[in-house]
Amino acid sequence: MAVVYQKSKGLTDNELHYCPGCNHGIVHKLVAESLEELGLLDDAIGVCPVGCSVFAYNYFSCDMQEAAHGRAPAVATGIKRTHPTQPVFTYQGDGDLASIGAAEIVHAAMRGEKFTTIFINNAIYGMTGGQMAPTTLIGQKATTCPLGRTQEQAGMPMRVSELLSTMDGCVYAERVCVTDIANLNKAKKAIKKAFQLQMEGKGFTFVEVLSTCPTNWGMTALKSIEWLKENMIPYYPLGVVKDTSAEVK
Amino acid sequence: MEKELWKGNEAIAEAAIRAGCDCFFGYPITPQSEVPEYLSLHMPQHGKIFVQAESEVAAINMVYGAAGSGMRAMTSSSSPGVSLKQEGITYLAGAELPAVIVNCMRGGPGLGTIQPAQGDYFQATRGGGNGDYRTVVLAPANIQEAVDFVQEAFDIADQYRNPVLVLADGLIGQMMEPIEWHDVSKRQLPAKDWAATGRKGRDHHNIINSLYIDPNECDDFNSHLAKKYQLIKENEVRWDTKETEDAELLITAYGTPARIVLTALEQLRAAGIKAGLFRPISLWPFPEKPLHDLAGQSHIKAILDVEMSIDGQMIDDVRLSVEGQKPISYLGHAGGVIPTVEEMVEAGKKALKEAE
Amino acid sequence: MTAKVTFDRDRCKGCELCVSVCPKHIVAIDMESINRKGYHPAGVTDIALCIACASCAKICPDSIITVEKFL
Repeated sequence: MAVVYQKSKGLTDNELHYCPGCNHGIVHKLVAESLEELGLLDDAIGVCPVGCSVFAYNYFSCDMQEAAHGRAPAVATGIKRTHPTQPVFTYQGDGDLASIGAAEIVHAAMRGEKFTTIFINNAIYGMTGGQMAPTTLIGQKATTCPLGRTQEQAGMPMRVSELLSTMDGCVYAERVCVTDIANLNKAKKAIKKAFQLQMEGKGFTFVEVLSTCPTNWGMTALKSIEWLKENMIPYYPLGVVKDTSAEVK
Repeated sequence: MEKELWKGNEAIAEAAIRAGCDCFFGYPITPQSEVPEYLSLHMPQHGKIFVQAESEVAAINMVYGAAGSGMRAMTSSSSPGVSLKQEGITYLAGAELPAVIVNCMRGGPGLGTIQPAQGDYFQATRGGGNGDYRTVVLAPANIQEAVDFVQEAFDIADQYRNPVLVLADGLIGQMMEPIEWHDVSKRQLPAKDWAATGRKGRDHHNIINSLYIDPNECDDFNSHLAKKYQLIKENEVRWDTKETEDAELLITAYGTPARIVLTALEQLRAAGIKAGLFRPISLWPFPEKPLHDLAGQSHIKAILDVEMSIDGQMIDDVRLSVEGQKPISYLGHAGGVIPTVEEMVEAGKKALKEAE
Repeated sequence: MTAKVTFDRDRCKGCELCVSVCPKHIVAIDMESINRKGYHPAGVTDIALCIACASCAKICPDSIITVEKFL
């Protein structure tokens, strides 16, 4: 028999605590597989956020550091600057990265810190029970905008990939999703490319993964995939937002 | 050994380099900006890392990342910036990470003033961050002590896997004094096999973390920390005394006011008052027992606490240590105003009179 | 027979993502059983039709599916 697919060595044997169908599990796999296939697992150091993926240190088999809410890019800076040849990544949600951690991610991109950020954008705060995120869509209901987000009250949602792309230090930013196998394959390719560019010393690399949150959107896993396609992709377009990696020596 | 004339902040920076600091992350704030300025030039010259972070919050988290991956890391700031670092400090303590944090205190609260003060004693010793944690706090009274303590701080931090705070003030940061770069005692330190350095063939992955979501695990972890703090209390208490053997008036002070007290002692003694100084050097662990025992001596009639703080903060620890054995009065100023020798002498005389 | 697909049934959360991506429509939730977690686990209904594309395994968020091919 030949193994066609088995669980990556980049993941531990621990059972994931995520809700059924949560995209975290899928993206964890793509990161783990990318690191494994690039031969980077033994040197990698990851930084996990505060959010549903706060326990990611129990799921990835590489060395991990838990960061305070939003501070992962600063923690990763401290790691990568002192370990410049090793792969370093942050894995963050939309509250962690786009709200409390907005300064840290912008400045990491500005400085062109040579680590990779995987950004899980599910347009809501998962762990704390469904509050509004900076990426919550207009009209979308959350527990802190129970009648639906309005522009007057909360402004328009934040397009983080585009924001970070304005920084010269950010050499690669792509927005992906894992709604089906075709998109999953593209997402893995993007994540692998991000790590590859990091190892080539190009600069800050960023992959935004539009994700579902079935529990806090109040839908089944399958319905939430439909909701994402119909509502999130039009506002957060998929594809390469920036790639100046070829111009960097 | 030859003495060299150094500005406090620059000497503190140089001390970090001599202690083998691998990386410094900081942010400008008066009166400590010369620390990051000096290191921005010198760290790269030594092949070490310097980053000016986007904020004091980012800086302490960069320290966390570097310390978590096994490096000697330091940051410095002044009072309002140290307020910002409180979250990072509790995370450092909770993740058991070694780090050195220098605070050149200035007047507060809030934005305050850029002049020296001692309004951060509570913040330093009680911990402005959440949870049951402690940081070792060393308070230099001059630049020589500042450079010695900064160097020792790295070893203390590594020995106990805990953040260490060097609590200076704007006076120490800004003034110039002759100092010696003499050998500072080095400790036998354990290997950092707990660090997240990348597995590199290790049979398990290392996790740097302060989250213990199961309450029993959290309780157990806190017990472990408490044992560590007990060990620190047993081993790291430091203080100094001057002319306390026959003193009737005992003055307690730390940092730069303690130096001014030395002149006040001379004047008090010349006026026929036997005065002495008890100077805590480790503010945590506080020298409770030595102060308690000294206060209990029959020749001590009154205690005067002097701080650059409006109502005093160390005075709480003085009261706790003295345990009501003798009356305690207070002299202090906030807002960057430094108590004068004359004020100290007056207050000392008043304290003795009231004790009769 | 082309393939062998193993589901770690006790770790399945019944999310049905595998069901949605199988090009042969041979992955289904087993409504007759409940696993240790209280979910109806997924499984292959007709392994003879399996082409070992591993789509189910790739999308499973809990990595409970292993796909092997007969040589």
